[in-house]
Amino acid sequence: MTFPVLSIITFTPLVAALIILLIPANRKNETRALALASAAFTLVLSLWVYFSYDQTTAGYQFVEKYDWLPALGVSLHFGVDGISAPLVLLTGVVMFTGVLISWGDDHPHVMAGIQDRPREFFAFLFILAWGVLGVFVSLDLFMLIFFYEIAVFPMYLLIVIWGWNVTREYAAMKLTLYLLIGSVIALVGALAMYMAQYQNTGALSFDMLTMESAGFSQSFQIIWFLPVFLGFAVLGGIWPFHNWSPDGHVAAPTAVSMFHAGVLMKLGAFAALRVGIMLLPEGAKYWQWLIMAFAAIAVVYGAYVAFVQMDFKYMVGFSSVSHMGLVMLGFSTFNADGLLGSGLQMFSHGAMTALFFAVVGMIYDRAHTRQIPELGGMSKVMPFATVGFIIGGLVSMGMPLFSGFIAEFPIFMGVWQVHWFVAVVCSISIVITAAYIMRNIRQVFFGNMPEKFEGHITDITVLDKVAIATLCIFMIVIGLYPKFMAPMVQTGVEYVLRLLGGS
Amino acid sequence: MFTSTMFASILPEILILVLGMLVLIVEPFWKEEKRRNVGWLTAGGLFAAMLISFLAGQPGEPTSALGGMIRFDWLGFFFKMLFMFAGAATALLMMDHERLGKRGEAYLLLLASLIGMNLMAVSSDLIMLFLSIETASIPLYVLAGFMLGDDRSTEAGFKYLLFGVLTTTIMLYGFSLVFGFSGTTDMYQLAGMFRAGAIAPLAAFGILTLILVGIGFKVAFVPFHFWAPDVYEGAPTPVAGFLSTASKAAGYAVLLRLFFVAFPEPSLSASWTTTLAIVAAISMIVGNLLALPQTNIKRLLAYSSIAHTGYTLIGVVALTRLGAASVVFYLAAYILTNLLAFGIAMAFSKATGLENIQDYAGLSRRSPWLGLMMLTAFLSLTGMPPFGGFVAKVVVFAAGIQAGYIWLVVVGVITSVIGAYYYLNALKFVYLYRMPNQDEENHPIPLSRPYAIALVVLTLGVILIGTIFAPWFNWSDAGAVNLF
Repeated sequence: MTFPVLSIITFTPLVAALIILLIPANRKNETRALALASAAFTLVLSLWVYFSYDQTTAGYQFVEKYDWLPALGVSLHFGVDGISAPLVLLTGVVMFTGVLISWGDDHPHVMAGIQDRPREFFAFLFILAWGVLGVFVSLDLFMLIFFYEIAVFPMYLLIVIWGWNVTREYAAMKLTLYLLIGSVIALVGALAMYMAQYQNTGALSFDMLTMESAGFSQSFQIIWFLPVFLGFAVLGGIWPFHNWSPDGHVAAPTAVSMFHAGVLMKLGAFAALRVGIMLLPEGAKYWQWLIMAFAAIAVVYGAYVAFVQMDFKYMVGFSSVSHMGLVMLGFSTFNADGLLGSGLQMFSHGAMTALFFAVVGMIYDRAHTRQIPELGGMSKVMPFATVGFIIGGLVSMGMPLFSGFIAEFPIFMGVWQVHWFVAVVCSISIVITAAYIMRNIRQVFFGNMPEKFEGHITDITVLDKVAIATLCIFMIVIGLYPKFMAPMVQTGVEYVLRLLGGS
Repeated sequence: MFTSTMFASILPEILILVLGMLVLIVEPFWKEEKRRNVGWLTAGGLFAAMLISFLAGQPGEPTSALGGMIRFDWLGFFFKMLFMFAGAATALLMMDHERLGKRGEAYLLLLASLIGMNLMAVSSDLIMLFLSIETASIPLYVLAGFMLGDDRSTEAGFKYLLFGVLTTTIMLYGFSLVFGFSGTTDMYQLAGMFRAGAIAPLAAFGILTLILVGIGFKVAFVPFHFWAPDVYEGAPTPVAGFLSTASKAAGYAVLLRLFFVAFPEPSLSASWTTTLAIVAAISMIVGNLLALPQTNIKRLLAYSSIAHTGYTLIGVVALTRLGAASVVFYLAAYILTNLLAFGIAMAFSKATGLENIQDYAGLSRRSPWLGLMMLTAFLSLTGMPPFGGFVAKVVVFAAGIQAGYIWLVVVGVITSVIGAYYYLNALKFVYLYRMPNQDEENHPIPLSRPYAIALVVLTLGVILIGTIFAPWFNWSDAGAVNLF
């Protein structure tokens, strides 16, 4: 029996959350230190998984399997492939940086970080992380949905308690209801698959590896693909079910926005791929045109709506819809290039958008406004954050030498092979993205600082800088040296293509 | 001949009876201020009874005992354990109730009702069944109206009595018709004697509907639900918690055994499963929609318990082994969760005297642990992992899909999202809103020892059944097998 690294990664946040709850409420710094230590531990373990992953073979690695409810075929079956291993790493990174950002700053003009009940905040955040990691490593459909729902409900509390007090109640409820409707519909689909497999093979099993060869009939797949795929894709922010996402992003506290856009939306996309496309490939092929249409609309529409936003955080929120649309677009190609690009884009967008939300949060904590026209000249006081945002912006625009290019270029190549005009239409989004990113960099970071901010705005803390640097490193490394991630994702893609019948 | 099997088959009831006599004997010796110790005696005694039954009274192969009055099997045993656990938790929660805690009769009535419920779960004869239902109900009528001089409690007791008597009488009429057509009152012989072919299908359907009226009152499904909110609100809160958990589960025990054993024949079951499927859908919709505007926490829990009856019925209409197992599992999770929710309401109103949801503002600052327990209870009611409610819902839905009731499961999942709205709304008061003066530190919520023990045990139970669910499901399944 090998070292059970995946279960340790998955359950570290849970254990940390329970220990954090036992710390007395007034010991705020001890709470934060423990949170940081456990986040760092998770990051180190996820790095270890990432680097010791064998990039030469397809299939699942670090597999562990324990029977959990044999009567119904539920098992704790963990394993990562080339698509989920980078996402585990991404979760580790976002967890670590999220805790750093939430540490706070006791400077009188700054209301940064989490000052109110940090104990509960970190406990809920870590339970969320527990669910996220569980989904990425689960190879059992029951446990996947189990963890998926765990990742949904802490969001409500995190947003409603620590969120932006103007819209938090509305946004948190909207987000939770959207995600719950999606997840329960996907649950019905999953149970239908479970029972259909029982009828076909006589085996009661939620194991996804056996479901891959359950022999679902074509009509079954066509009926159930849409509920399953769209149910999960709601969390991936697919148009026309994206509406919860920008509201949720804006209302959430900074670390939660990072988690939400950086990791949670990947959760939806990942589950839609793993359960929808990989287990119901015939259904996926039948509905290919619909997914592609939804994704293409999300890409262009999201970018355009982001372009007209005056609120900095809404802008980033809608840019997430646009970029997650690219992920879905890559899925809908069903070819090697598109899927490779999607896999990379999930990591790249996760790091980039976490960085964006971190910087937006830092600015808002100091300027107390997010209206783009009211901001200006931030580069003078917070040069480090400016550099970080520019790097994120270059990734967002898909500039060569940064991870965005490495991810988006294969997606467009893949789309071109299926429908060249979709690629042409979607390429408009690159132009729009470049326009709003450039405009924002000029307006917010350069130009003149409004007088009311003079002397009030301070630089970000060292911990914030560490967080920004951590996120930037990954985006630059992938951009300069794609072999850091591309071959690994490639192995995951091969496996998906095999299930799709080598199309 | 009185054999050891016969003895074992009613061992828990004998122990409860002994405990009840002990309560009667001991109570007068304690002074008024010490009299709440009867609660410790009751709860401890029930746990001891559970332990002894578990060690000495486990059933083997299903057998008929006491002249065919009782079926001695795992299904009944598991239900008995659930009822006794709920009874022990209720006894603890009664101890600090102003009007119940120091009255020995209250504990005695609780024990008497438990005997009835235990026999409901094992009765295999219609006459025995009717007697046990009455034994379970009559003490509860008294308990619901226990607070003499309190108008709402009197109203609750009287309302519960009137509806209870009316519906039980209708059920008894149904029983007598069943006997008239079949010539037997033994459930295990009924299946062969009571055939839809022998009597007009419509008449058979009518007779079964009469029986369902009585069970519908016990489990509070629509349209026999309307007593629940008023009675829960007016009755002493521990009694309301007991009514909504153990009493409801006892109704399901009867529903499972009577309908799965006596009327499973397809020509008969088609009509009653269809009826119950429609009833389930309406219960889920009505319960959840009417819970939305509630401001009183007990009324909210009453409507939510009507909705949960609907979810449980999905497993019943499936009429499969998985369906029966899912019903038992659902009830186990639901009993733990709802007792926890009512327990929190009791502890809170004991400290503050308030019962409205908006009074819970600032609870997480006043008492972080009570806040977390409420989070556990309400998320479990919503059906969120890692709490019991999630697994329970998934197995019930799985049973529904297996039996082809996809429309019913879709109604279930959609209404569960409506449920999420009001449960999360209540949690918003606990975690987000603050007390008018924002001075929560000065208003802590003290928990006396009985509350603390009961709430902690229930919380751990809800988490345990939601994470390590294999043993619980295997027990439920072992019980479900006995029905086929």
